[in-house]
Amino acid sequence: MEPILDIKGLRVTFQTNDGPVEAVRGIDLSVKPGETVAIVGESGSGKSQATMALMGLLARNGKATGSALYRGQELIGMSERNLNKVRGDKITMIFQEPMTSLDPLYRIGEQLAEPLRFHRGLSRAKARPRIVELLKLVGIPEPERRIDSYPHELSGGQRQRVMIAMALACDPDILIADEPTTALDVTIQAQILTLLAELQQRLGMAILFITHDLGIVQRFADRVYVMRRGEVVETGATADLFAAPAHPYTRMLLDAEPAGRKLPPPENAPVLLDGQNVEVVFRSSGGLFQPADELRAVDGISVALHQGQTIGIVGESGSGKSTLGRALLRLLPSAGVISYKGRELTNDPAAMRPMRRELQLVFQDPFGSLSPRMTVGRIITEGLMIHEPALSARERDVRAGEALAEVGLEPGMRNRYPHEFSGGQRQRIAIARTMILKPKVIVLDEPTSALDRSVQKQIVDLLRDLQQKHGLSYLFISHDLAVVRALADYILVMKQGRVVEQGQTEAIFDHPAQDYTRTLMAAALETTRFRQEDPAPVLP
Amino acid sequence: MLRYTLRRLASAVPTVFIIVTLTFFMIRLAPGGPFDLERPLDPLIMANLNRAYNLDGSLWSQYLTYLGNLLQGDLGPSFTRRDFSVNDLFATGLPVSILLGSLALLLATVIGVILGAIAALRQNSSLDYAIVGLATFGITTPNFVVAPLLSLFFGVLLGWLPAGGWSQTDPIYWVLPVLTLALPQVAVIARLVRGATVEALRSNHVRTARAYGLPARTVVIKHALRAAMLPAVSYLGPTAAGLLTGSVVVETIFGLPGIGRYFVQGALGRDYTLVMGTVVVIALFVIVFNLIVDLLYTFLDPRVRYD
Repeated sequence: MEPILDIKGLRVTFQTNDGPVEAVRGIDLSVKPGETVAIVGESGSGKSQATMALMGLLARNGKATGSALYRGQELIGMSERNLNKVRGDKITMIFQEPMTSLDPLYRIGEQLAEPLRFHRGLSRAKARPRIVELLKLVGIPEPERRIDSYPHELSGGQRQRVMIAMALACDPDILIADEPTTALDVTIQAQILTLLAELQQRLGMAILFITHDLGIVQRFADRVYVMRRGEVVETGATADLFAAPAHPYTRMLLDAEPAGRKLPPPENAPVLLDGQNVEVVFRSSGGLFQPADELRAVDGISVALHQGQTIGIVGESGSGKSTLGRALLRLLPSAGVISYKGRELTNDPAAMRPMRRELQLVFQDPFGSLSPRMTVGRIITEGLMIHEPALSARERDVRAGEALAEVGLEPGMRNRYPHEFSGGQRQRIAIARTMILKPKVIVLDEPTSALDRSVQKQIVDLLRDLQQKHGLSYLFISHDLAVVRALADYILVMKQGRVVEQGQTEAIFDHPAQDYTRTLMAAALETTRFRQEDPAPVLP
Repeated sequence: MLRYTLRRLASAVPTVFIIVTLTFFMIRLAPGGPFDLERPLDPLIMANLNRAYNLDGSLWSQYLTYLGNLLQGDLGPSFTRRDFSVNDLFATGLPVSILLGSLALLLATVIGVILGAIAALRQNSSLDYAIVGLATFGITTPNFVVAPLLSLFFGVLLGWLPAGGWSQTDPIYWVLPVLTLALPQVAVIARLVRGATVEALRSNHVRTARAYGLPARTVVIKHALRAAMLPAVSYLGPTAAGLLTGSVVVETIFGLPGIGRYFVQGALGRDYTLVMGTVVVIALFVIVFNLIVDLLYTFLDPRVRYD
C-alpha cells in the first residue's frame, strides 16, 4: 500500500543565541493508511519537533527543510493558507498538555465547532448534533449538557477526550498523538489509550504516536521509529524490534525499566518516625463577608517508618501524598502526634530546626528546586552553614566535593551553575544537598517523575545504594508504580486523604484488596507489560 | 452575582469610614489652620471664624459632626472659597473632570490595545521596536512637560487649537487636555497588551487553534487577544478612577475648572473640608471602578466566579 505520509530527509533547525541548533537531522518516515506508527525517544530526541514541522507549528526561530508528502502534497514550505486546508481536517493532532490545550475562555462546544465550521462549512447550529455525537463517541458522559461546559469544569482525562473528539471531527486520515497520556494519572492513561485503540478500529485512520513509553509502543504500534539526538537510529515492526533490538540505544531503552526489589528491614529494626492520626486541613480564609472553606487533605493517617525501611506512598494526583510527606516532617501545620526517635515533633518551627538536619526532603522538580544564581557548591553546602556553623569555607568546599562524588558526579562540578546540568544530574545535585547533612529519614517527593526512563533507573539505583550504605529510611512518594515496586518494601495506597490499603510491596502488588488499588495496578502494568522477568532481588 | 455585588458594596462602607477617619486626623496633625495669615488675625475675629466654621469644639466633636454631615451627603463649607460649599465646588468641577477623563480613557484604551496587539504580532520587527520605544517615551515623559509642549506647538506656533481655556460646549477645547491625559495611559496599556499578547500567542491553546487550521484572524482575535485583554482590564480599574477625578497639572496648565486641583490647593490652604471631600470622592471612584473591573472579569473569563 502507498504511504499517505512520506517524510524524506526532514531537518529542523532552530536559530538560537548560541548559533543554530539542529533538532531533527534528516529523518525518513512513512505512514500507510490505517497504520499505527510510533516514534519513541527520550526528551530532546527531536520526536515532537519532527511532527510540529509538518504541521507548520514550529516556534518562530525554527525552520524545516526536506520533504514531507501528504498524498503527494508537499507540506514543508506550504503557504499558511494551503496548510490550513490540511491541518485540522486531513491531519489532526492531540497534545501532551490536556490541561492547557483548550482555550479556557470558550465553551467546549464552541471550540469543537471551529474545525467543522472552517473545514466543512457547517453553521454553529448544524455542527451541534455532530459535536454531541463526537462527545458520545469519546465517552464523555451527558454530552448534551457537557457541550456547554468550559474546559476548567472538566478533569484532565475528560479534556483529553475532548481533544480527541476535536481531532476526529473531520474524519482525518492521520491522527498525530504527541505524548497524549504523559500528563495524566495512570488509571486515566489506560482509559485514553484504550479509547484511541477502539476509535482507530472503528474509524480506520492512521495514528502517529509520539511517546517515550515503550509499554505504550508495544501495545499499540505496528511499526516503530527509535529517535535519538535528531536521528532515527532504528526502525522496524514492533514485534521484531522488541524481540531483537539491533541498536545499542534501543537495547538501553528496553532495559531502562527500574528493576530489582527491596527486602524489608529486619523485624527488630527500631521505629524512627512515628505518626499517629496525622491530619492536615486547608482552610481558605474567607473574606469579611465570606464564609471560610475547608479541605481535609490528610485525614487521620498513621505511619511507622522503621530504620532502613522504604515506605512507598502511592495514589492518584490530589490524593494527599505530598501533603502527608510534608506533614510528617512538620513542614506544614498538622494535627496528630508525630515523634522521631521517641522525641515529639511539634509545629513550632524554632523547636524543629535542630531536628531538621536528620529529616530531609527531595523534591520532584529538579529544575525549580535549585537556585539558578548559586553555584552547585554553594547550593549543596547551604544546609551546613546552619547545621555545622563551625566549619570553615575550605572544609565546606571539601565536603561539597565528597557529596558530589557520593552521588556520582565530578567533585570539580561544584563551581558550575545548575543550568549547565541535565535533569538527571540536577536531581543528583538535589540528593547531594540532602546527603551532605547525613540525614536519617528522607522524604522523596516524586524524585524521578520529571526524568526520562533511562535516567530514572540510574536515580533509583543511586537511592538504593545510598540507603544501603547509610542505613537510611525513605518515605517515597510516587504515582509511578514501576519505580515504587523497585524501591519500596512497604506501601500505603492513598485516596482522598485516607489510606485505603497498606502492606508489604509484594502483597499489595500480587493481591490488591481494594478496587482502587487494582485499578492503579492494572493501569500501571498495562503500560509496562513488555518487561521481562525481573532480576533477583537486591538485598538490603 | 447580585449577592456578590451587594456584599462588595457593603464592605465599601467600612473602607470609606477608615479612609475618612485617617484623613481627618492626619490633616489636623499638619501645623497651621485655614485662617492663618502672615499677620496673625485679631484673636476675637479668629474665635468668631472658628465658631462659624465649627472649629471651636474638641477635635473629637468636630469629627463626629463631620461624620454626621457626611452621612447626609453634606461635605461641608469650603474654608478658603467663601460662599461655596464643597458640594457646590464638586457639582461644577466634577462633570468637567469626568468628561475629559472618560474621553482620555476611551482614547487610551482603543489606541493602546491596537498598538500593543500590532507590536505583539510583529514581535521584534522595527514596527515593534518603534511602538515599544514610543511607549517608553510616553511613560517616562511627565505630563508637566507634555502639556506645555502640546500647548506651545498646536496652540501658539500652529494656531490650530486653543492653547488653553475651557468651554463646556466646544470640543476644540477638549483636544489637548485629553491628549495629555491619554498619552501615558496609551503607553502603559500598549505595553501591557503587547506582553500579554506575546504570551497568549505562545500558549498551548493558540497552538491548538493553529493546528486545527483556523484562519490567522480567528486565531489572533478570538483565541489570543481576548486572553490578552485581562491584564489591561485590571489595570484600567484604578486608572479610570484616577483619570475621572482630574489632574492638577493638566487643569493648571490648560486653565480647566476640574476638581483635580482641589486636592493640592485644599491641602496647601488647610481647607480641611475640601481635602476631605476630594478624598471621599476619589475613594468612592476607586471602589466603584475596582468593583466594575471584577464584575467585567466574570464576563471575560469564565473561570472567575464569585458566588
